[in-house]
Amino acid sequence: MSYKLQFAELLPYWNVLLYGLVFTIVLTIVSTVVGIAVGTAGAAARTFGPGWLGRIVAVYVELIRNTPFIVQLFFIFFGLPALGLKLSETTAAFLAMVINLGAYSTEIIRAGIEAVPKGHIEAGLSLAMSKWEVLRHIVLNQAFRKIYPALSSQIIIVMLGSAVVSQISAEDLTYAANYVASRNFRNFEVYLLVALAYLLLAMLTRSLLRALGRVIFKAR
Amino acid sequence: MSLVSIRDVRKSFGSNEVLKGVSLDIAKGDVVAIIGRSGSGKSTLLRCINGLETYQSGSIVADGIEVAGANTNLRELRRHVGMVFQQFNLFPHLTAAENVMLAPTVVNKVSKAEARATAAEVLAKVGLSEKMDAYPSELSGGQQQRVAIARSLAMRPKVLLCDEITSALDPELVNEVLRVVEQLAREGMTLILVTHEMRFARDVGTKLVFMHHGKVHEEGVPKEVFAAPRTPELQQFVGQVS
Ligand SMILES: Nc1ncnc2c1ncn2[C@@H]1O[C@H](COP(=O)(O)OP(=O)(O)O)[C@@H](O)[C@H]1O
Ligand SMILES: [Mg+2]
Repeated sequence: MSYKLQFAELLPYWNVLLYGLVFTIVLTIVSTVVGIAVGTAGAAARTFGPGWLGRIVAVYVELIRNTPFIVQLFFIFFGLPALGLKLSETTAAFLAMVINLGAYSTEIIRAGIEAVPKGHIEAGLSLAMSKWEVLRHIVLNQAFRKIYPALSSQIIIVMLGSAVVSQISAEDLTYAANYVASRNFRNFEVYLLVALAYLLLAMLTRSLLRALGRVIFKAR
Repeated sequence: MSLVSIRDVRKSFGSNEVLKGVSLDIAKGDVVAIIGRSGSGKSTLLRCINGLETYQSGSIVADGIEVAGANTNLRELRRHVGMVFQQFNLFPHLTAAENVMLAPTVVNKVSKAEARATAAEVLAKVGLSEKMDAYPSELSGGQQQRVAIARSLAMRPKVLLCDEITSALDPELVNEVLRVVEQLAREGMTLILVTHEMRFARDVGTKLVFMHHGKVHEEGVPKEVFAAPRTPELQQFVGQVS
């Protein structure tokens, strides 16, 4: 049971791995920003919007939360072309990530909105603010403060889950690992290295989000 | 002409009729104290006046605006009808000054500088000049309620609705809030107060309204009504609370 680690054999592929790493990072950042925007709109629609819109959002959320991410991804990439919508691997990966995080963050943000005391909303309305002004200036700020830890965890989950996009050959970190391993057969070294990269990325993201939270919510 | 005119208002929550034909006339400068048992419909009546609740029939006209009119702009109405709540409802993520500045900047679109000047003025009026940059969590209940009053005043309302605004306060903090309200009354502000402070209702009020089972059961000049309540219900109520 002795195995000689040969990390040197990964060196020729450093650019492939770096590209994959950058792809995963960009994929995470973009889907986080857009996904949370979708989630905010979804949560606003469910709590402050008209009933019919709220019901549509509810269906979207349940659909996404009760199906595997990989099936959502395959449906977008392999299924939609049947309707004439042919997306590139990269576009499909970004879209699937946004749709997925959008649904989960809708639920998280909605919980935050519902935790804001009703009296605060009535106080805002009594000051002649419109429903949307109340949402923007009074409710969302408090809601995000409350759910920021939950949302941060969800971002990490999505970042790690993004490895699945390698299955449609979107060129993320896991795709790069598969590619290198199939060339030099150093599976142990490649996947160990990539696992460490994800670990580091997750820890880095966590502390970055914590620092960001301190800046955004510095006031009480 | 009355500033707020309430005509035969009926309001039900489901099958529970809470206001059973309430009529009231409130003139400019009136200080109306509404008293009555818990559940008699006092809060619901106040909330109907600024459109937080709808009602099924009757009419409420406040500052010339029909509250439940088909084309009523509730925003316009609420610019003239302020409300202060039992639970203060300060926005916890904003300082005292920011709480006061929010509606003027968002609703009236005044500049930050102008809003801050207004905030300084109204916070001085409630005796909190030094607390402008304090967050609600750093203030006592009495101070929070005074900020809430200042926040309403910043919109320059013509009527201020106050729903049991001292009921959530520790007894030793009640007076600092009542003093502010009394000063507003002296300056001629029209006030409609739901209150359990009977002495305050008698000394500061210009009109007393006793609500019972969703109706105005008795009304009149506070000192006279308290000295000689006509109905047994009010006699019993006054006996219990004082
Ligand atoms: N949002 C509501 N939904 C259903 N019933 C309500 C609601 N608000 C008040 N009520 C009922 O209306 C009645 C009057 O309440 P309220 O106006 O709060 O009385 P008061 O302020 O005099 O204590 C009570 O029976 C109460 O249970
Ligand atoms: Mg009440």
